[in-house]
Amino acid sequence: MTETFYEVLRRQGITRRSFLKFCSLTATSLGLGSAAAPRIAHAMETKPRTPVLWLHGLECTCCSESFIRSAHPLTKDVVLSMLSLDYDDTLMAAAGHQAEAILDEVKKKYKGQYIVAVEGNPPLNEDGMFCIQGGRPFVEKLRETCADAKAIISWGACASYGCVQAAKPNPTRATPVHKVITGKPIINVPGCPPIAEVMTGVVTYMLTFDRIPELDRQGRPKMFYGQRIHDKCYRRGHFDAGQFAEAWDDEGSRKGYCLYKMGCKGPTTYNACSSMRWNGGVSWPVQSGHGCIGCSEEGFWDKGSFYDRVTDIKQFGVESNADTVGLAAAGTVGAAIAAHAAVTALARARQKAGESANSNDKQGEN
Amino acid sequence: MLSQQDMLEAERHGKQVRSIYVYEAPVRLWHWINALCMVVLAVTGYFIGKPLPTMPGEASDNFLLGYIRFAHFAAAYIFAIGLLGRVYWAFVGNHHARQIFKLPITNGQWWSEVFFELRWYLFLEKTPKKYVGHNPMAQLMMFFFFTVLAVGMVFTGFALYSEGAGLGTWSDTLFGWVIPALGGSMQVHSLHRLGMWIMMTFVLVHVYAAIREDIMSRQSLISTMISGWRMFKD
Repeated sequence: MTETFYEVLRRQGITRRSFLKFCSLTATSLGLGSAAAPRIAHAMETKPRTPVLWLHGLECTCCSESFIRSAHPLTKDVVLSMLSLDYDDTLMAAAGHQAEAILDEVKKKYKGQYIVAVEGNPPLNEDGMFCIQGGRPFVEKLRETCADAKAIISWGACASYGCVQAAKPNPTRATPVHKVITGKPIINVPGCPPIAEVMTGVVTYMLTFDRIPELDRQGRPKMFYGQRIHDKCYRRGHFDAGQFAEAWDDEGSRKGYCLYKMGCKGPTTYNACSSMRWNGGVSWPVQSGHGCIGCSEEGFWDKGSFYDRVTDIKQFGVESNADTVGLAAAGTVGAAIAAHAAVTALARARQKAGESANSNDKQGEN
Repeated sequence: MLSQQDMLEAERHGKQVRSIYVYEAPVRLWHWINALCMVVLAVTGYFIGKPLPTMPGEASDNFLLGYIRFAHFAAAYIFAIGLLGRVYWAFVGNHHARQIFKLPITNGQWWSEVFFELRWYLFLEKTPKKYVGHNPMAQLMMFFFFTVLAVGMVFTGFALYSEGAGLGTWSDTLFGWVIPALGGSMQVHSLHRLGMWIMMTFVLVHVYAAIREDIMSRQSLISTMISGWRMFKD
């Protein structure tokens, strides 16, 4: 039997007081209220740790970088000990065959009991040759490891949507995890990277309640991705008032007005940045005066400029936005109507002249 | 009553005027409410995407974009409910009320008249045909550029509305799926705006064709949408 979380914590010299503080803070950050704190503590005292296999595909490791900075003083130690993180090629001490052997061992020993956390995604072109690990394409390793997993966590925009390596034209055909693995519960935790506390929050929820958090239509935990940045933005009042920064160095920018006109993607981005913020709540993009770039949205690299509100639509082959296309269409049709009306008027005038000439002739005959 | 003089004059120029009741009152009422909604939606929608210059003063003293968005949402509700009412009327109203909802695409005669109308608009036909309802070409345009487009605008519009309304609201339950289906919120915003431009281009053509045919086809169009009666002037 694996040690319980509490045993691990105590063994590492964490006091019971710190442990309880962590439990109540976690309960609060999950929005569960104070009654959940003892339940979290109880779960951590009694449950064996869930083995987690952390795989890395095509990625930049920014998710790991974010994760290990989980801001609450103890969280990073706690979470790294809480999970039985049995495999993580960037963090583990073992290397080579020894490391790979752990995958097989966990797969056999904890069949259907372990969680696979995937950072990055598998490229499918050329039989997956663009990402080779241990002499094999990553996609094979991913399929094998996920086959006996209880659940899969897709860390970041890479695993959830594809991110930069899947941006057009996607030469390696980098593919999000949920399009490769089917028939398993998959939790998408998008962001480039996701917020550290969101990552630890998702893991803590799963360990505490022994089930995956409630997900939205895109497989994201509702508790962190249920609202847009815009819905909780502290500059929202300026948006409703119609007060905007119109240039990076103007008066509105200095006064902290809404960055909507500077291309902020807050209104189209689902994430918890505006409520949880970054780096232990120090700040977040909008607070530092730059609009949201929408890094937790699907295909955010292909959605036009980060600095336009009405952004380019790539479907037309050339870079043009709805207004350019629409004005061109309306202008062309307007000009066509004017020309058509002119021709109509001319033709009608000629016809009238002909008619009156005819009727004159007739009158003459009479 | 016409004076003696006028009666004589009217008789001298008189051509027989025949008329037929085409558009029932609910259709006419819907048409003008709908037109008004579209104007409000297009103008406010334009300014939601590209807001007016910054308002001076404190945020608490202003609510400009809030009011613009309110007008947009209010008009959108009227537009959508009007569309639902119009669908209902397609079932219970006269057969003209069904014209913009279905195309007789299996009817060869209808297609040949579509091409006749095309030739008429290209000045290749000397005299126009007369129709009690929409001419086949107009019917085709109405179906794709109004009916289909309007339904698309309602779906994308309420999907965007559900983002603000929140998960689990009726708009989210009914239309929330549109956002991932079309590739994300930004994409839906762009498509909704593009739809507005297509709709406005349709309005240009619609208004022009109505005025032109009113003059050229010797049948009433504009007054028909007010009184309901189509007049044939010869």
